[in-house]
Amino acid sequence: MQEILQYLFSGITSGAIYAVIAVGFSMLYNSTELINFAHGEFVMLGALSMVTLSGPLGLPLIPAFLVSVIGVACLGMLFERLAIRTVRHPNPIVLIIITVGASIFLKGVGMLVWGKNAHTIPPFTDHPPLDIAGAKLLFQSIWIVVIVLLMAAGLHLFYKKSLTGKAMEACAISQKAAWLVGIPSKFMTLLAFGLSTGMGAVAGVIIAPITMSSYDMGTMLGLKGFCAAMLGGLGSLWGSLIGGLLLGVLEALGVGLVSSGLKDAIAFLLLLFILYVRPGGIISSANVERF
Amino acid sequence: MLSSKPRPLSRILAVTAVICLFLAGSAFNAAAEKVYKIGGIFAVTGPASFLGDPEKKSMEMAVEQINQNGGIDGHKLEAVIYDTEGDPSKAVMSVSKLINKDKVLAIIGPSRTPTTLAVIPMIQRAKLPLISCAAGNKIVEPMKPWVFKTAQSDILAVASIYQHMNKQGYKALGIITVGNAFGESGKEQLLAQAPEYGLQVVRSETFGGKDSDMTAQLTKIRKEAPDAIVCWGTNPGPAVVAKNLEQLDIEIPLYQSHGVASPKFIELAGNAAEDILLPTGKILVADLLPESDPQKEVLTEYINAYENHYNGSVSGFGGYAYDAMHLLAKALDGTGGDRDQIRQNIENIKGHVGVSGVFNFSKSDHNGLNPDAFVMVRIQNGTWELVK
Amino acid sequence: MTNRATWFRIAYTAMAGIVILTGILVSNAYHLQLLTFIGINTLLALGLNMLMGYAGQISLGHAAFYGIGAYTTAILTVHYGISPWMALPAAILIAMAVAYIVGVPTLKLSGYYLGMGTLGFGMIVHILFREWSSVTGGASGFIGIPPLELGPISFTSGRNYFYLVWALVLLSIIICQRIIDSRIGRGLRAIHDGEKAAKAVGVNTSALKLQVFVLSAALSALAGFLYAHLVYFISPGTFDFITSIRMVTMVVIGGMASIWGALLGASLLTLLPEWLHSFSEFEMVVYGLVLMTVMIFLPQGLTRGLMDLYERSKKSQT
Repeated sequence: MQEILQYLFSGITSGAIYAVIAVGFSMLYNSTELINFAHGEFVMLGALSMVTLSGPLGLPLIPAFLVSVIGVACLGMLFERLAIRTVRHPNPIVLIIITVGASIFLKGVGMLVWGKNAHTIPPFTDHPPLDIAGAKLLFQSIWIVVIVLLMAAGLHLFYKKSLTGKAMEACAISQKAAWLVGIPSKFMTLLAFGLSTGMGAVAGVIIAPITMSSYDMGTMLGLKGFCAAMLGGLGSLWGSLIGGLLLGVLEALGVGLVSSGLKDAIAFLLLLFILYVRPGGIISSANVERF
Repeated sequence: MLSSKPRPLSRILAVTAVICLFLAGSAFNAAAEKVYKIGGIFAVTGPASFLGDPEKKSMEMAVEQINQNGGIDGHKLEAVIYDTEGDPSKAVMSVSKLINKDKVLAIIGPSRTPTTLAVIPMIQRAKLPLISCAAGNKIVEPMKPWVFKTAQSDILAVASIYQHMNKQGYKALGIITVGNAFGESGKEQLLAQAPEYGLQVVRSETFGGKDSDMTAQLTKIRKEAPDAIVCWGTNPGPAVVAKNLEQLDIEIPLYQSHGVASPKFIELAGNAAEDILLPTGKILVADLLPESDPQKEVLTEYINAYENHYNGSVSGFGGYAYDAMHLLAKALDGTGGDRDQIRQNIENIKGHVGVSGVFNFSKSDHNGLNPDAFVMVRIQNGTWELVK
Repeated sequence: MTNRATWFRIAYTAMAGIVILTGILVSNAYHLQLLTFIGINTLLALGLNMLMGYAGQISLGHAAFYGIGAYTTAILTVHYGISPWMALPAAILIAMAVAYIVGVPTLKLSGYYLGMGTLGFGMIVHILFREWSSVTGGASGFIGIPPLELGPISFTSGRNYFYLVWALVLLSIIICQRIIDSRIGRGLRAIHDGEKAAKAVGVNTSALKLQVFVLSAALSALAGFLYAHLVYFISPGTFDFITSIRMVTMVVIGGMASIWGALLGASLLTLLPEWLHSFSEFEMVVYGLVLMTVMIFLPQGLTRGLMDLYERSKKSQT
C-alpha cells in the first residue's frame, strides 16, 4: 500500500512537469489553432537561462525568473514574426515542418551556448520532501502544481476579464468577425506566441531544480507535454492540468506495477487512444476548443 | 491534372550536377607522401558527446606531442577526424571515407559500442587496424584480428564492484540500469557474474536517459530489501537516481558505474553523492596515488597537458583516445606503413603504461587490461577518496 | 501520347543511363557507398512522397516502416536462418500489414491530429525495437546480419550493391509512375482537386488513402531490407523520430508530388552532411534554418498541391 502511495506521489512530480508544459501547448492552440512543435525547446531555453542567471551570474531567484521568462517570451514573439507570420499560405503541414525546423534550430543553438553537459540548480526552497504515510513527495512538485494553478487562473481571468484577452478569444473563435470589429488579429497572434512561449519558459524555470537541464531536454518533454495536453483536451487549461497529472500517475503506476521499460510507451499509447477514440480528450465537450 | 512543374529532365540534370560537383570536389586529394594519416571517428556531438569531445581533443593533443618529438621514423602524423554523432550509419560512412578517400593507415574510435559494432565488418574486410574507445565487451569477444580497444571493459568494472561487495559481506542486490547500449551491457554483466561471487540480484529495473524521476523504480527495489543497489548509466540519469534515493530516505548503499567517473557527476548529484562507491580508472585520483604507482607519471603528464591545452576538466574518457594514439605510435615504429605489421606490433605490445591502465596485448587479448586498471573510490566531502 | 509521358520516358532513360555509367566509371568505394545510401534514401523519400504529395497525408512516424523492414529481415535471417531473398517479401508484407492495421483508424484523422497520430505510432514502434531485447537485441543493436548472395554473384562489393539498390529504385519509380497514371492515380488527383467532389462522383477516398499509405510502407520496408544487408548491423537509433523527420525533410525540400523531387531531396540530404562535416557543431543549427527557410519561402511551389487539398477539405468539412 505504501508503494502505491509512493507511485502516486512520483506520478504527481512528473505529472506536474507535464502539466506545466501542456498548458503552453493548449494556450497557443486555443488562441491560434496552431501547434508549436518547438514548445519543448522554449522550455529548455527557460531552464538553461535560469541555470546561467542564477548560477554563474549570481542573480537572486525572482529577478532571474523574470529575466528568463521575459527573454524567452521575446524570443518567441521574434519567432512568430519571422517564421510564422511570413508564411503566406499557412496550413498544418507547412506549419508543422516550420516548427519542427525551429525546434532543431533552437536545439542546435542550445548546444552551442550551453554545451553538451547537463546542469542543475537547487530547489526554490530548501524544504525536505514531505513525508505522508511513509511516502515522500518532493516539495518542488508542490511549487509546480501551485504555479500551474496560478497560471491557469491568471489566464482564465485574462480571457474573461481583460479586453485584450477577450479580443484574443474572439480571434480564435472567428478571425473574420474579429477583424470586422477592428481587432488586430496579427498582433493577437504575436501576443499569443509571446504568452505561450513565456509560459514554456516558466515551465522550464520551475522544473530545472528537478530535472537535469541540457540542450536536448526539450524533445521528450515537448512530446510528452503534448500527449498530456491531448489527454486532457487540447485547448483546455484545466484539461492540461488534469491530463498532465494523469499521464504522470499512469506512467509511475505502469513502471511500479508492470515494468520500467514500458514508461515511454504509455504516453504514446494514450495519445493514440485519445486520437482514435475521444479526440476531445477528457474534458471533451461540445465546446472542446474553449475553456 | 497535377500541374506544370519543372520538367523531370531538368530535375535529373540538377541531381546529376550536384553529384558530379561533389565527386569532383572530393577528387582533390592533397598529395602528402611523407605523412602518416591516422583516422579518428568519435561522437563529438550528439548524446555521447561527453565521450567523443574529449576523445577528439586527446587524440589531437597526442598527435601534436608525437610530431613535436620528431614523428615516427621521420614521418609526421596527421589526424583526420570525423564526427559520428553517435550514429551507426554516419560511422559507417565516415569509415568508408577514411579508408577510401583519405587512405588512412589505422583508425581510432568510435566512442560507443553500437557504432563500433557497425563498422567492424568494413574494418575486417579492408584489413585495417581499429582501436576502439568503447566499453562493450562484444568488441573484442570473440576476438577479431583487426579490432582492438583501449577502454576498460564492463567485465572488469563489475568484477571490481562485486569484489568490494564480497568484502562487505553483501548478499542481495538490486540493480537499476539505463536503457541504452552501455546500460544493457552493464546489466548483462551484472546478472552474469553475480553467481560467481555468491551474490543474488533480487530486482532489476531500467530508466530512460532523459528521465527526471526514478522514485517508482527505486521503490520497487526497496521492497526487496537488498543489501546494496548498483546503478549503471552515464550522466545525468545516475545523478537523478542518487538524488531520488536521498529524497526517499533510502539508506541502502549505492554503487555507480565508471560511466559517471567524472567531476560532473558530483556537481549534478550534489549532497546526494556522498558515500557513493564506484570503480574508476586511476585518472580521477591521480594525485592520491603513491609515487610508486606505475601510472602516476603518465597520468600527471596527461592531466597537465590536457588542462593547459584545453580549458576543460579532464576525464577518463579522453584517455582512451590518448592511449590509443600512443599505442598506435609505438606500433607504427619501423613498419613503413604496412598495415599487417602495425596490427602485429599492437598485439606484441607489453607493459605500455597508459592513462587507462597498463596494457599487455596478445594474440588472444585485444583489450590488454586487467583488474588493476580499476580502483574503487568513494565520494567524500565532494571529492574522490581511494577505498582499500 | 501526352507530352508528360514522353518527358517521363526521356528522363527515365537518361536516369537509367546515368546509373549504369556511374557504376562503371566510379571506382572509389566511398563514393559508391555514398551513392548507394542516396539510393536507399530515395526509396524512403519516394514512398513518403506518394503519401504526402499525391494523397496529401503527413506522416511523422514513417521511420517505423523503415525499421520494420530492417528488423524483420534481421530476425528472419539470423534467428531462423531463412534466406534473405525469402525474408525480403516477408519484410515488405509485414510492413504493409502493419500499415493497413494502423492506417485504418489513423487516416481518418486530419491535419495536426494525423501528424500526431503517426508520430505516436512511430515512437511506439521505436520503443518496441529498443525494449524487446530478446528478439531485437535491444539498444545494443543487432549484429551479424548476413550479406546478400545470388548464385555466383555476391553483393558485398560496393559496385554490386550499388547496382542492386539502384535497380530497385528504378523499378520502384516505374511502379509509382504507373500508379499515378492509372485509375488509382486519377482518383488521387481527384482527391487532390477536391475531396468532397471526388467522393460525390464515387471515388473511394478512404480506400485510396489507405492504399497509398500501405504502398509507402512497402517502399520504406524495402529500404530497410537493403540497409540491413548493407551495414550488417542495425540498432533502434537508426529508426527514431529524427529519422522520420529526415524523411519528411527529403520530401519537402525535393518537392512534393514529384517522383524526381524524391530523388533530389534524397540526394541533397545525404550529401549535405558530408559537405558540412567540418561544421559538425553547427549541423543542427543549419539543418533547422534550412528547413524553416524552405518552408517559409518555397512552399507554394513545393506544397501547392497539398495546400489546395487541405483548403478544399477544410471548407467542405465545416
